[in-house]
Amino acid sequence: MGQFLQQLINGIQIGSIYALIALGYTMVYGIVRLINFAHADIFMFGAYMGFFLAPVMTKIFGGAFIPTIIAAMLITGLLGFVMEKLAYRPLRYKSRLSALITALGVSIFLENFCALPFVFGPAYRAFPDLIVAGNLPISASLGLTIPYVLLLDVGVSVFLMVLLFWFVNKTLIGKQMRAVAFDKPTASLMGINIDVVISTAFIVGPALAGAGGILYGTTYGMLGSPFLGIWPGLKAFIAAVLGGIGNIPGAVLGAYVMGISEAFATSVNSNLGYGIAFVILIGILLIRPSGLLGKFMPEKV
Amino acid sequence: MRKLFAIVLVCALIAGVGVGCKAKVGVVNLGGIFPMTGASATFGTSSKNGVAMAVEEFNTAGGAMVGGVKTTINYINEDDTGLPEVGASAAQKLINQDKVIGIIGAVMSKVSLAVAPIAQAAGVPEISPTSTNAKVTLVGDYIFRACFIDPFQGTVMANYVYNTLGLKTAAVLYDNGNDYNKGLAEYFKAGFEKLGGKVVDYEAFTDEAKTVDYKPQLTKIKAANPEFLYLPNYYGSVALILKQARGMGLNVPAGGGDGWDSPDLVKIGGTAVEGGIFSNHFSKDDKSPAVQQFVTKYTTKYGEAPDALAALAYDAAGLFLDAFKKSGSIKGSDIRDAMKNTSFVGIGGAYKFDENRDPIKSAVIIKIVNGQQTYLATVNP
Repeated sequence: MGQFLQQLINGIQIGSIYALIALGYTMVYGIVRLINFAHADIFMFGAYMGFFLAPVMTKIFGGAFIPTIIAAMLITGLLGFVMEKLAYRPLRYKSRLSALITALGVSIFLENFCALPFVFGPAYRAFPDLIVAGNLPISASLGLTIPYVLLLDVGVSVFLMVLLFWFVNKTLIGKQMRAVAFDKPTASLMGINIDVVISTAFIVGPALAGAGGILYGTTYGMLGSPFLGIWPGLKAFIAAVLGGIGNIPGAVLGAYVMGISEAFATSVNSNLGYGIAFVILIGILLIRPSGLLGKFMPEKV
Repeated sequence: MRKLFAIVLVCALIAGVGVGCKAKVGVVNLGGIFPMTGASATFGTSSKNGVAMAVEEFNTAGGAMVGGVKTTINYINEDDTGLPEVGASAAQKLINQDKVIGIIGAVMSKVSLAVAPIAQAAGVPEISPTSTNAKVTLVGDYIFRACFIDPFQGTVMANYVYNTLGLKTAAVLYDNGNDYNKGLAEYFKAGFEKLGGKVVDYEAFTDEAKTVDYKPQLTKIKAANPEFLYLPNYYGSVALILKQARGMGLNVPAGGGDGWDSPDLVKIGGTAVEGGIFSNHFSKDDKSPAVQQFVTKYTTKYGEAPDALAALAYDAAGLFLDAFKKSGSIKGSDIRDAMKNTSFVGIGGAYKFDENRDPIKSAVIIKIVNGQQTYLATVNP
């Protein structure tokens, strides 16, 4: 029983990191119907920004976590804005496949550019401790503990999810976003500035990935290489599909399902861990092809 | 116009002959394949430094006489990024384009296993400084190595833990995507159980480049309550595993193999890796004069103390160049024969190859004390 609950806690921790990446995937897809493969690399970029900014922030503000995460979100937001302007905007009215290939290109460029010795370099880096390490004991008899960093991960991802939900549903720009997602030409006829809406999506999505990067660094205390975004990014993408791509609560739900099934599958057989997690996903998608919370919408011809 | 062309051509010919006449000194290419970028980049840098130093000394000492012509070595270093497929294309490039007389590399067993068949088919001798997986040299008679193999390394650790430390139960957590990690894990388990110990949990993870969260496995290991944790993985994942293990209160002693040998282990792992023990090929604190002389030379040249990767790469290159000099030939089969019968004395002692072209040599046990690698013991085969 103790081990079961501890694995659940492990899964929730893995899931919260996926959740923040999945939110960005889902949001950009919802509005421009583009799977932004470079999203995982923006996540990586955010983590490295945390690595470089944390010492500076500690010097200026004393505590490092909140200023670092805000600064990293601003920088990755800016990166997303520039990326959209340079790489995706020129292709907006071209075939969707071209944009997809461009997204792959941007992703490969970011990874390899950042791996250059004079940028971030390929070597391991120890991520600074932004919060107090330790565990919250829950039950001594079951040997159950919750790491402080888990509370932080879940707290930040749920907070940002609620904030994003409010932003999309209650603010004017959010309403415009939904209108653009629904029908781009009509929205533009109604006087909505599509450029502004899409730019906003490319600022908000990457900013969330930046926050995810900071949480990743804080949780694991190490940045492997500028290629570190690939796997969390891939799994977060699957989580977004699982939850119903384009659906904001769905992305978070999908991420937690993904994280928890990964933890349990690994505990059953660590050799097959990854495989079992993916089998569960295929099973869910067979029953609900549009994802857990997605609506099935046939392609209109 | 045609006249001008003729003049240019004649000039070029004369110039060409002139250069040809001057070239009493021949130069041949030697290739190296190491992970210069990627997760194991420190391995590549150390190895390249070691080979470059050996080549430089060889050239300064006058090179080799090939058919009466003084011949020196031009060293070409390729990056395998730690991936077998990249290593394989680097080998193709070195053999077909650069016409190398031999290849030093690779570091990781999985990359060497991809490079070796290409070298074997082309008849180019390859010597891996540090690939410890037993299968590497079994690829063919052109493939050598300068280090001991996994059965020895895994068994040495099992012996040390059971007999010297007196610990009777152990758990293993290894990367199942890599031949090196798998080999060490298997031989440790077999050795430990043969002595009467018990492996209470045997867990795997999928590729260190993909896995950062080891808590599901560690939760299980903690429940099995072992006295020792064997982690036959590379330094990055070892540091992460131990951080997470210590974070959840799994405080038993831990150990591993030569994949631990990197300054980054302590840099990332901090206090979590304190007290860890691992088997290795070389310790810079070994008091033998050959080792101390090498440490001084290397430190002067590169500004940092050599690790085992640098030492073995230096020896591997030295052994190859010695065979090249003795054979006096750039033919692969001649150099191979000279290597088989080598009596080269390097910093790791005298090299003798067994019938599988694996050297017979000793291992050292190193412990991390106050963040420093400390020499514990030398274990003979």
